[in-house]
Amino acid sequence: MSVATTTPEQAPSVAPDATPPVWRRFIPTPKALILGVVALIVAYLAIVPLWFLIQGTFLDQNTNAFTLGGFTRAYTDDNAIEMMRNSVWFAVGSALLSLVVGTALAFLNVRTDVPFKGLFFAGSIVPLVIPGILYSVAWIFLASPDIGLLNYVLQPIFGKDVFDIYTVWGMIWVEGLHLSPITFLFMVAAFRAQDPSLEESALMSGASRWTVIRRITVPLLRPAIAASVLIMTVRSLESFEVPALLGLQNGIYVFTSKIYFMLRSYPQDFNGAGALALGLFAIAALGMLVEHLMSRGAKAYQTVTGKGFRPRPIELGKWRPLAGAGIIGYFVFTVLLPLLLLVYTSLLPYYQKPSAAAFKSMSFDNYSTLLHMSKATTALKNSLFLGFAAATLVMIIMAIAAWIVVRSGIRGRKILDLLSFAPLVIPGLVLGLSLQFVYLRVPIAIYGTIWILLIAYCTRYLPYGMRYAVTSMQQISSELEESAAVSGATWWQIFRRVLLPLLMPGLMAGWIYIFVVSFRELSSSILLYSSGNELLSILIWEQFENGKFTVLAALGVVMIAVLMVLVSIAYKLGAKVGLQQD
Amino acid sequence: MLEISNLIKSYPGEKAKKGGSQGGRVFAINNVNLHVEQGEMFTLLGPSGCGKTTTLRSIAGLEHPDSGLISVKGRTLFQAGDRTKPVNVAANRRGLGMVFQSYAIWPHMSVFDNVAFPLQVKPRGHRPGKADIEQRVHRVLEVMELRQYADRQATKLSGGQQQRLALARALVIEPELLLLDEPLSNLDAKLRESLRYELKRLQRELGITSIYVTHDQIEALSLSSNIAVMRAGEVVQLGKPRDIYENPTSKFVAEFIGSSNFIPGHVLHRTGEDYEVDTSEGRLHLSSAAEMPPGTEVSVSIRPETVELTTQRPVDLRNVLEGTVGTRAFLGDAVDHIVNVGKLQIRVRSLPNLSLEAGTQVFIKLPVDKLALVPIG
Repeated sequence: MSVATTTPEQAPSVAPDATPPVWRRFIPTPKALILGVVALIVAYLAIVPLWFLIQGTFLDQNTNAFTLGGFTRAYTDDNAIEMMRNSVWFAVGSALLSLVVGTALAFLNVRTDVPFKGLFFAGSIVPLVIPGILYSVAWIFLASPDIGLLNYVLQPIFGKDVFDIYTVWGMIWVEGLHLSPITFLFMVAAFRAQDPSLEESALMSGASRWTVIRRITVPLLRPAIAASVLIMTVRSLESFEVPALLGLQNGIYVFTSKIYFMLRSYPQDFNGAGALALGLFAIAALGMLVEHLMSRGAKAYQTVTGKGFRPRPIELGKWRPLAGAGIIGYFVFTVLLPLLLLVYTSLLPYYQKPSAAAFKSMSFDNYSTLLHMSKATTALKNSLFLGFAAATLVMIIMAIAAWIVVRSGIRGRKILDLLSFAPLVIPGLVLGLSLQFVYLRVPIAIYGTIWILLIAYCTRYLPYGMRYAVTSMQQISSELEESAAVSGATWWQIFRRVLLPLLMPGLMAGWIYIFVVSFRELSSSILLYSSGNELLSILIWEQFENGKFTVLAALGVVMIAVLMVLVSIAYKLGAKVGLQQD
Repeated sequence: MLEISNLIKSYPGEKAKKGGSQGGRVFAINNVNLHVEQGEMFTLLGPSGCGKTTTLRSIAGLEHPDSGLISVKGRTLFQAGDRTKPVNVAANRRGLGMVFQSYAIWPHMSVFDNVAFPLQVKPRGHRPGKADIEQRVHRVLEVMELRQYADRQATKLSGGQQQRLALARALVIEPELLLLDEPLSNLDAKLRESLRYELKRLQRELGITSIYVTHDQIEALSLSSNIAVMRAGEVVQLGKPRDIYENPTSKFVAEFIGSSNFIPGHVLHRTGEDYEVDTSEGRLHLSSAAEMPPGTEVSVSIRPETVELTTQRPVDLRNVLEGTVGTRAFLGDAVDHIVNVGKLQIRVRSLPNLSLEAGTQVFIKLPVDKLALVPIG
C-alpha cells in the first residue's frame, strides 16, 4: 500500500528540534501511526471483499480448483437470457419513469408558479423514511390482483382487476416512483445551476417561452439528464427489495433476486451466485465510470452559474389548477396512500379491505404483540446498535482519511480517495456475498455474529462518510490549521482543538445519514444475518415470507417513526440528506 | 538575525505533466538570499506568483523548500541540499509568530481562547500555568486594545479588530520573528491606511523583527526599513525604500514600484558614474551606479512626478525635450499630462494648478539626478 508506506516520510517534519537518536527515527510518530492505520483500514474494507468475491467465483467451492462452472451455470441457464432481459427492462424502465416524473416536478417547482411548493420537499424525503421493502409492501396492499385496494375500488367500473403489481410493469412503477424524489432533487439542482441569463438572452432574441425551453433549457440540461438516467439505472439494477417482493411471486427474476434465490436453494451454488454478482458488479462499475467521465466532460463546458438573480417564474395561467391537482395526486400516491395503508393494516387483526367491519375490528393488538415478541425488541436494539456503531466508526475513520486526501499532500493520497469511493459501485447484495466468502474462508470467528454486519455497513457507507468529511474539510481554510501550527500546536492538537470542532456540523450530518441508512439496510444484511441476530429490516422480511402482513405493518410503522425522528433531526442540523439516498 | 541562503523550491511543471513529457520544473523560489537585522521591518514585495509568500511560508515551516538554509538568531530552522545533515524544524517547533492574510481567526473560539491557544499548546514542561496564561493573554490584549472583547466570539469582531486579534495571537509567545502575510489586503482602503501607521508604531515600540509580505508598493515604501523586490522566484533588487524608488536597477522594478517613463537609447560614453545616453530625441545626461559600457542598448527611466513641464523654453537646454500635450487627466491632487515627444509619449505629473490644453507646445526637463539607467527588456 503506497499510502501506508509514504506516511513515515512526514515523520521527520514532526520530530523535535534537537536531532533525535537514530533509533527514534524508526519509531513512527503518533501522527504517522494514526494516518497509517486509517489508510490500512480503508484499504482493507475496500479491497478484501472484492478479492474474495473473485476467488469465491473462480475457485470451486468443494475442490478449490479453478473453475468456470459458476459462469456456465449462471449464464447458460434456460432462464438466464430472460433474467437479463428482465433486469435491463426493469432498470431502464424505472430510471425513465423516475426521470419523467422527477424532471417534470423539478421544472414545475423551480421555473413555474405552481401551487403547493411545500409538498415537493415533503415528498422528497420519502425514499429516506420509507424503505424499499415497506414501499413495496404498501403497493401490494394497493395494487395486487387479489387484495389491492385500487383494484377493489375500480373493479365495479371495469369489471376486472385493473392493476397487477406482480409484473415487470408493476415493479417498474414501484421502483420508479420510489426513485423519483431523488431524480427530483437532482434535477432541481441542475435547474438551479443554470445561468438564467442564457435563457433571458434567448428571450431577448425574440424566442417564445416554449422555444426557449426546447432550444436552450433542455439542451443545457442534457448532461444532467444523462447522468441521472445512468445513476438511476444502476440503482434499480442493484435494488433488491422490489424485485424480491414483487417479482418472485410470478417467477420474474433479475440479477439481485436470482443471486438471492441461488443462495437460498440447496445445495448453495456459491460459484454461480458469484458469477452473477461479478456480472452485476461489472455493469454497475461500468455505469458509474461512464457517469463519472460524462460529468467530467460536462464540467468543461459548464457556463458561469447564476448568482442571486432568479428569472421570473413562468405563469401557468389556466393550467395552474391542473398542475396543482397533479402535485396533490403525486403526493397522495407516493406518500399519503402508502403510509395510510401501513398504519391501517397495522391496526387490523388480519388484512381485509376497508369496511365498517374492518374499522370496528381495529386495535393495537399487533403493537402489543411486538412488545411481547422478544425477537422484535432484539431486532430494534440490534438495528439501533448497528446504526450507531457504523455511523460513529465511519465518521471517525473518514474524518482522518479526508484530512489525508484534502490536506496532507502525501503521495498516493488519491489512491485512498479512490479506495474509499470504491464501495459505491458494489451492490449491497454483492457485498453481502463477498463478505460471506471472506469470513467463511478467513479464520476470524465473526461469521454469523452482529460484527460481520457492522463490517458490511462500514464498508457500504464508507463513500458517504468520505463525501461528508471531505466537503466539510474543504470548507475550512487551511490557514486556520497553519496558524495553529505556527502557534506551536502538534498535529494531534491541531486536529483535536481546531479541525474537529470546525468539522463537527459536517461530521454530525454524515453521522445521522449513515445512522438512517444503516438502520434500515436490507440487501447486504439478508445474506449475513443469522437467527438470534435479527434486525428490524430482516424481521419485516421474515413477516412477509410468513404472510403476517398485520405484524409487518406494525413493525413498519415503528421503523418509519424512528426514521422520521432521525431525518427531522438531520434536517434541523441543516444536512442535505435527500440527494444521497442509497 | 534571520539568514536565508540559496533557498530553492520548485514544483513539477504543470504543462510538462499534462503533455506527458518530463523535466520542466517551475521554480517558486530560485536561489533567494536574505539577511535581516534585529529590529528590522523587512518587506518582501512583488506581484502575485513572484515567490514572496512561498519564501515567507518557508521561514514559517509551512512549505518544504528543496534546498538552502534558513536560520534565526543562529538557530538553524531548515537546511538541505549540501553535504551536511538535513534539518527541518516543524512549524510548531519554530516558535515564530505569524499573521495570515485571512487572519485565520478560529471561529469556534472566543477572543481570549484564540490568544491563549499558542500558550496552551506549548509542550508539557514549558507550558505556563493557568493564571500565568491568563495574565499574559490579558497583557497582550491590553496592548492591542482588545481587553474589553476578551469574552466575545472572535468572529463578532470588526475587520480591524480581527487584524489586531491575529497580531495579538502571533505576539503572545513573544516570538523572535514576526511573519506578516499581506495582513492589510483584506481591509477597505481607509482602514488600511490607518492600520498601516498603527502597525508601524507597534513594530517600532515592541522592537520586534518582522518580515512583511505585500504586493502593495505604498505599504512597502511606507512601512519598511528594507525591501526585497521579488520577481519569478528571484530577488531582483534589495535596499532601502527611497533607494529602490529613486534608483531602480531594472525596468521591472521601475514599473512595479510607482510608474515610470522609459526612453530607449544607447550609452555614448561614461566617466565614472556620469553617463551620456543617445536617444531618438536627443542626448541625455545622467548619473548611475550601473555598469554599462559605451554602446550598450539601455532604457532611461524617469518618474512622472520628477519631470518638469514648462511652456517657456528653459535657458539651460541640457536634458530638455520639446513636444506637444497629447491628453491630460485631472486626478484631484495632481494633473497628468501625456506629452508627445517625437515618437515617445512621456507622462508628466504636476500640481493641479498647471493644466494645459491638448496641442500646447511644451518643454519638458529631465533632471540629471532623477534619471535612472536600466537594462532594456
